Amino acid sequence: MTEVKFKTAHDLPPCSISVTNELTKTGNWRNAKPVFHKEKCIQCGICWKVCPNACIILGEYPEWNMDYCKGCGVCAEECPKDAIEMEDERVMI
Amino acid sequence: MSTVKVITGNHAASFGARDCRAEVIAAYPITPQTQVVELLSEFCADGVLKAKFIKVESEHSAMAACIGASAAGARAYTATSAHGLALMHEMLHWAANARHPVVMANINRAMGPPWSIWTDQNDSLAQRDTGWLQFYCESNQEVYDTTMIVFKVCEQVLLPGMLVLDAYILSHTYEPVEMPDQELIDEFLPPFDPPYRMDLDDPHAFGALCTPEWYMELRYLIQEAHEKALVTAREVEKEFTKTFGRSYGVVEFYRCEDAEEVIMIAGSTASTAKDAVDIMRKQGRKIGLARIKLFRPFPNEEIRELASKVNKLIVIDRNISFGNQGIFFNEIKACLCNEKNRPPVYGFIAGLGGRDMKIEDITGIVEQADTCDIEEILWWGVKL
Amino acid sequence: MSKKKMMRASIPVEEYMFPGTVDCQGCGGAYAMRLALKALGPETMVVIPACCWSIIAGPFPTSALKMPIYHTAFETAAAMASGIKAGLEIKGKKATVMAWAGDGGTFDIGIQALSAAAERNEDIIYVCYDNEAYQNTGIQRSSATPWGAWTTTTPRKHPKDRPKKNMMEIMAAHRIPYCATSTCGHPEDFVRKLQKAKEIVGTRFVHVLATCPTGWRSPPEWQLKIPRLAVETCVFPLYEIENGVYKINKKPKEKLPVIEYLKTQGRFRHLTEEQVQYIQGEVDKNWELLLKKEKLGRIF
Repeated sequence: MTEVKFKTAHDLPPCSISVTNELTKTGNWRNAKPVFHKEKCIQCGICWKVCPNACIILGEYPEWNMDYCKGCGVCAEECPKDAIEMEDERVMI
Repeated sequence: MSTVKVITGNHAASFGARDCRAEVIAAYPITPQTQVVELLSEFCADGVLKAKFIKVESEHSAMAACIGASAAGARAYTATSAHGLALMHEMLHWAANARHPVVMANINRAMGPPWSIWTDQNDSLAQRDTGWLQFYCESNQEVYDTTMIVFKVCEQVLLPGMLVLDAYILSHTYEPVEMPDQELIDEFLPPFDPPYRMDLDDPHAFGALCTPEWYMELRYLIQEAHEKALVTAREVEKEFTKTFGRSYGVVEFYRCEDAEEVIMIAGSTASTAKDAVDIMRKQGRKIGLARIKLFRPFPNEEIRELASKVNKLIVIDRNISFGNQGIFFNEIKACLCNEKNRPPVYGFIAGLGGRDMKIEDITGIVEQADTCDIEEILWWGVKL
Repeated sequence: MSKKKMMRASIPVEEYMFPGTVDCQGCGGAYAMRLALKALGPETMVVIPACCWSIIAGPFPTSALKMPIYHTAFETAAAMASGIKAGLEIKGKKATVMAWAGDGGTFDIGIQALSAAAERNEDIIYVCYDNEAYQNTGIQRSSATPWGAWTTTTPRKHPKDRPKKNMMEIMAAHRIPYCATSTCGHPEDFVRKLQKAKEIVGTRFVHVLATCPTGWRSPPEWQLKIPRLAVETCVFPLYEIENGVYKINKKPKEKLPVIEYLKTQGRFRHLTEEQVQYIQGEVDKNWELLLKKEKLGRIF
């Protein structure tokens, strides 16, 4: 999960004091992933604005950080032009 | 130039905090502590002490605010007693586990119900597992002096500490207290400079969840800090003696050099016990007194060394751990459990709820220890 | 060379929260923090008592935020924030100190320390992200749980039978300079209010409704839709109390019936028609009262 490697007690700070901002790769929580239809996008920025986890990168067009995207579907729900669709990623056995 | 003032124990604590340059004080009033914070409040208002005084609404919040201030890099101080200390319990754990050197004066006052404002040691001893350092004082001078000793030791090991004084017997009784030159104190106690603090230039999260993977190691570090505190306390006490002339040690020995039996006690009753020792010495008893000043961390070495040289220890507890025995008694016995040369240890419960401890009580206890059964839990003077 | 059109940003662009926080999908509380930090900027310190954010902020040795966080005991958010602020001030340092607590740590166990801090007018921003129950411990009721809602301690046969505590009025009664409601469904409103709060000295209280799909039994993608309905049905009005004067920020042109809000969440699924009518009555009554208070000038 993180690059921090503590080996013994004496490697630790005096209490649970953070030493890294690298978080869990929550991308593997997904059941569905956002699929972007660029042709419908009007660059309104709403998807970027509403992502609860800052997984959308603001630019010319949105880019998703799939390492962390949990597939919550908020971006798809809020997109005024239906430019984002949630696609089931689950594999049926 | 040092000055001498005739002041109460409470005010000795206030002056101690003032001269140690406490920077944030968050406190809630409780008898018999009120004068500690009242005088500090005056010092802040007069500009004599440059500190923020947060008038919190409870002791729990007082400790939380002190922890916050310490986390921000400020020297934090508070004072309380009995129920106030009990209310702080959760945050006492927090301060120690978070490694913040908050210093607190606790006035030993009996727990209720029934309501009691008089002294006994249950309140502070009930907190002995929280990780706080505990220093017990015998005189107002010692209260003043111990403030700077506690700050210095605690800031070196990053653990909180309390100095403990008896209700009324010290808190409200006037004794002369010599206060050294501020320059000497500033040299003895440099400004607080913790390795980690809430700092925009070095941001961290403090106190987040920790799984079993590293929790035990963090606790080990606290225990290690206590072991370091024991060594540091001895050194600081020596440095204190060198700088200011007065000497306490972590265990104070009175006429123990050739003693056959030694009374062990903490707090102001030790003064009375010293007089009793003098009387009994005149009567031909080879008796001494060992006053436990530092209780956490526990001074194992000093007690084992003492025990190896005497034939009997008589521990007087102004407290009781219900369902077991006096707390100092238990800890002393545990300390000696594996020693080859360990004398019999007798335990007495006395002076609970402020019941007066006179010279004849001490001599009476020592005489009772001549004949009583060592297995008995002896409550001195209880009306049965 | 023509300038490329970029995506529009209606809120500050800089991120202070890292992706990969372990909140549930569609968590209004996580989203609210993302917004709050954009509003307050980098010179902010966050105090987090026991609540969902104790976990969302990441386990040791990680931290989800760029700025310092102090995790603290449940009832102490306001006291800890007061202490940190005092410590910074005495050391000549400046920072916005924000206490970030859930409804439990604000309305219930934390109310004593909060009331005291407000009475002293401590210079802190206190944000209560309200998901209307003790969600982190598994959806138990708090005094912020609305009337009729299911929680594990207000089961379907005995749902919550007391009204939601009016925390805004309690805080305003302390005569603090600024109180405001907002929701995670109104990002520009929440950001604006925090930006405004930042410029005010004294205790500032912001009560933000935070969607909880897990506790409310709602689809995660309705993170903003549900609070918007809360405002449009007047269940959770957007208003400010600045120096004792009420100001309603949004008066719905068409006030929707409460059922539009209630039907989005499974925690209200068991309500009978009678109960829904009762809720409608209470919402209407409270809304009328709020409209009246706005006309009274300085109340606190």
